[in-house]
Amino acid sequence: MTEISESLARSFGLSAEEYGRVLAILGRTPSLTELGIFSVMWSEHCSYKSSRVWLRELPTAAPWVIHGPGENAGVVAIGDGLAAVFKMESHNHPSFIEPYQGAATGVGGILRDVFTMGARPIANLNALRFGDPAHPATRRIVDGVVRGIGGYGNCVGVPTVGGEVDFHRSYNGNPLVNAMTVGIAPADRIFLSAAAGIGNPVVYVGAKTGRDGIHGATMASAEFAEDAEEKRPTVQVGDPFTEKLLIEACLELMATDAIIAIQDMGAAGLTSSSVEMAGKGGVGIALDLDRVPQRETGMSAYEMMLSESQERMLIVLRPGREAMAAAIFRKWELDFAIIGEITDSGRIVVRHGGRVEADIPLAPLADQAPLYRRPIAETKPPPVLDPVAIADPAGIAPALLRLIACPDLCSRAWITDQYDATLGGQTIKRPGAADAAVVRIEGHDLALALTTDCTPRYCAADPYAGGAQAVAEAWRNLTATGARPLALTDNLNFGNPEKPEIMGQFAAAIRGMAEACRALDFPVVSGNVSLYNETEGSAILPTPAIGGLGVFDHAADAVGIALAPGLDLVLIGASSGWLGQSLWLREICGREDGAPPPVDLAAERRAGDFVRGEILAGRVKACHDVADGGLLVALAEMALAGETGAVLDPTPPDLPAHAFWFGEEQARYVLAVADGAALLVAAETAGVPARFLGKTGGGKTGGGKTGGRDLTLPGAVAISLAELRAAYERFFTEFMAASR
Amino acid sequence: MKAGIVLFPGINRERDMAIALRRASGRVARMIWHQETDLAGLDLVVLPGGFSYGDYLRCGAMAAHSPIMRAVRAFAAAGGHVLGVCNGFQILIEAGMLPGALLRNAGLRFLARDCHLRVERADTAFTRLYQKGVVFRAPMAHGDGNYFADAETLDRLEGEGLVAFRYATPAGELTPEANPNGSARAIAGIFSPNLRILGLMPHPEDLVDPLLGGEDGMPLFAGLAGAFAA
Repeated sequence: MTEISESLARSFGLSAEEYGRVLAILGRTPSLTELGIFSVMWSEHCSYKSSRVWLRELPTAAPWVIHGPGENAGVVAIGDGLAAVFKMESHNHPSFIEPYQGAATGVGGILRDVFTMGARPIANLNALRFGDPAHPATRRIVDGVVRGIGGYGNCVGVPTVGGEVDFHRSYNGNPLVNAMTVGIAPADRIFLSAAAGIGNPVVYVGAKTGRDGIHGATMASAEFAEDAEEKRPTVQVGDPFTEKLLIEACLELMATDAIIAIQDMGAAGLTSSSVEMAGKGGVGIALDLDRVPQRETGMSAYEMMLSESQERMLIVLRPGREAMAAAIFRKWELDFAIIGEITDSGRIVVRHGGRVEADIPLAPLADQAPLYRRPIAETKPPPVLDPVAIADPAGIAPALLRLIACPDLCSRAWITDQYDATLGGQTIKRPGAADAAVVRIEGHDLALALTTDCTPRYCAADPYAGGAQAVAEAWRNLTATGARPLALTDNLNFGNPEKPEIMGQFAAAIRGMAEACRALDFPVVSGNVSLYNETEGSAILPTPAIGGLGVFDHAADAVGIALAPGLDLVLIGASSGWLGQSLWLREICGREDGAPPPVDLAAERRAGDFVRGEILAGRVKACHDVADGGLLVALAEMALAGETGAVLDPTPPDLPAHAFWFGEEQARYVLAVADGAALLVAAETAGVPARFLGKTGGGKTGGGKTGGRDLTLPGAVAISLAELRAAYERFFTEFMAASR
Repeated sequence: MKAGIVLFPGINRERDMAIALRRASGRVARMIWHQETDLAGLDLVVLPGGFSYGDYLRCGAMAAHSPIMRAVRAFAAAGGHVLGVCNGFQILIEAGMLPGALLRNAGLRFLARDCHLRVERADTAFTRLYQKGVVFRAPMAHGDGNYFADAETLDRLEGEGLVAFRYATPAGELTPEANPNGSARAIAGIFSPNLRILGLMPHPEDLVDPLLGGEDGMPLFAGLAGAFAA
């Protein structure tokens, strides 16, 4: 028999003070199961104890928001009586320990958060951050994570339509896997988790419970030391086939009136689902663990309550609907067991083998959960770099070829070719075709635009500007397709919050995000915080990943980035040659310094609203925002996507050419239109800066019906698209081939 | 055309198929649960794509022993038309209704991208609206689509004109680069000897709408609808 002590509590991740609180709440020493329940519910992962005070600063309301943060996922109205249900969630720690299963179960977990609310999942996205490609672990992690995401998503039958991938040495020992799911439900048929009805049956459905993932939430709430490999048993194992059956069975049951409340068993499994359902409903819950479907024999109450076995849900049923519900789950060959009931005790009582293994009052478990306003230290903003003072060591064309080949800008086809993006027959813009993925709603004219964005190097240099930029870029990417941005989900990945400089990054990034959300009418409706992303004391770049969602009333309005011949190219937004924190500075000059580009939210709003108006008026053939790598990289991406070259006009005389082509000022878009002169006039009327860039097609190579196949720079320097493509497609093939 | 789509646990492209069939024929396909056995009155039975039984054991192996497959076999034996796409093709092979095997892709990775298919014969209910030698685009999405059979079987398929589609370049050439999963003789789809069963790996049903990038797959479904227009 394990002796319950403060040192055991410590090994479960509870501080001495927190353990004292447990003793005070219970008035006695906890049982092992009780200590397990307290430790996971009060873990950083489940309690948000370090982040909660800051998260309150984020705007969460808008007329179209149906449910903001606090439910399993955010819910927004999108028209036609439908709602989009979406959320992003991290699976960082498991993906480092066991990349395939870590990433796969990340996808499975976020899917459950969405379909538990009654929505059919229609799209997945992933924001991935890996270590330096030169680091020995990176290739194995990239391979496992990509296989895991594809392995789960392809099989479960939800298209993986977008996302982002960055590499940086700060993620060497701590990759980030942030998975986002979007689902669609009738706006008046959203299912929530608050339990109700004394005596109502509590039903367990899905897969059986095993010993996998025990204490996963605690593991996710601590830094890694050298022994990270030994934590492999805390990683769960996913089964996308069972999840597919669970989706279909749950949606079939949801079409009836049988469900009062439903919640997936995610982090902290049976513990968090039962505690949260009863807690939200202000009732009690009694569980009889002898009735839990078990995959292994001899499991203890502690193990069952803390298991994070996948593909399981907890449901409170309306009385009298048990037989009908059981028949649905039998049809889908899934377990169905009544494992308890709702009580009026206000307590969670767990019985196993005739013994009471846990008896905890729910109100203090929630109300007295730790809440910390940890000390913060502000990041000192770096100096603003003068573009004129930074010489160009490479020349424009060579720099473009190096930039387009670098791991952060090169083609992602090696990855996206492993993800089924067309499944469902509604994907209008696949990965790479537009600034956001565009997915039509089956049977409707509506479509959603979806993106994930964050620029961690900006966040590290200036967390406030970086937080604002991440939100603005997501809004911009949605806008660049013509969509009306509605809301976002966030996945806040940071280091150890007990370090003031990390907590300072967190607080500042939230302030920046909040400012941008307000200015752009782009509220936060769901999210996830992942702290302690450190290995051996070294933190990741602060990475507040933003998952944005926008809507089209008419799916056919969506535009992509591909150039076509015979069009005018116009830059929307002001250029100042901002080289601080740019990829040009990093890749060409070997410097990672300077202040990141400022985000002028009023200018952002004006430029975006203008661009969206032009797209919806049907005057824009292609549109791409100017982001990582700057203007010339954006033009090159558009040319490659459309297999169409362009002849570019001279650069402005008041800026060095390299600063004009590779600066990363915000709030900018490249538009390809039939009548550039008319667009310049319209922009001037709208008070939006605009500049004629050149014409598509033309040039020396190619010609004929499709126009030129060169990107021709001022001074008649021509880069053939073939050369550009070779550079663009080189990295992943060579990097991953080296694994054989 | 009266079409039915068979649903095994884990199948996930049944809605895509239903959309294509309805676009082509104007009629809603019947969804048939794998425990049913009645296929009466149907012109076409479709085994759609997905991961029946999670692809556990072997792709298509468990579905091939499902109760509905006896009915599908009888339906085919009576001259009915059967279309198997992706996992459906794998099931037809596991059920012995088409010859050969579908191995892991040559690159050992799941591949989801567009490929180009060259039509090898146009005088069947499935391909009547294509011309022989024409090339069309279709999304592929599979990990086990590498068609394999012994040389004798391959010779027989070719000799009897039972190769339906080959992976090719947009210009119709057969090159190693255009054969993304390494299939023997670039075979992407095959017919039964009576030309009434077609199995293929790529997904023409996912390219039947200009808004989604093209209608390359439409002639297959429109051809079937026309063949059974009654």
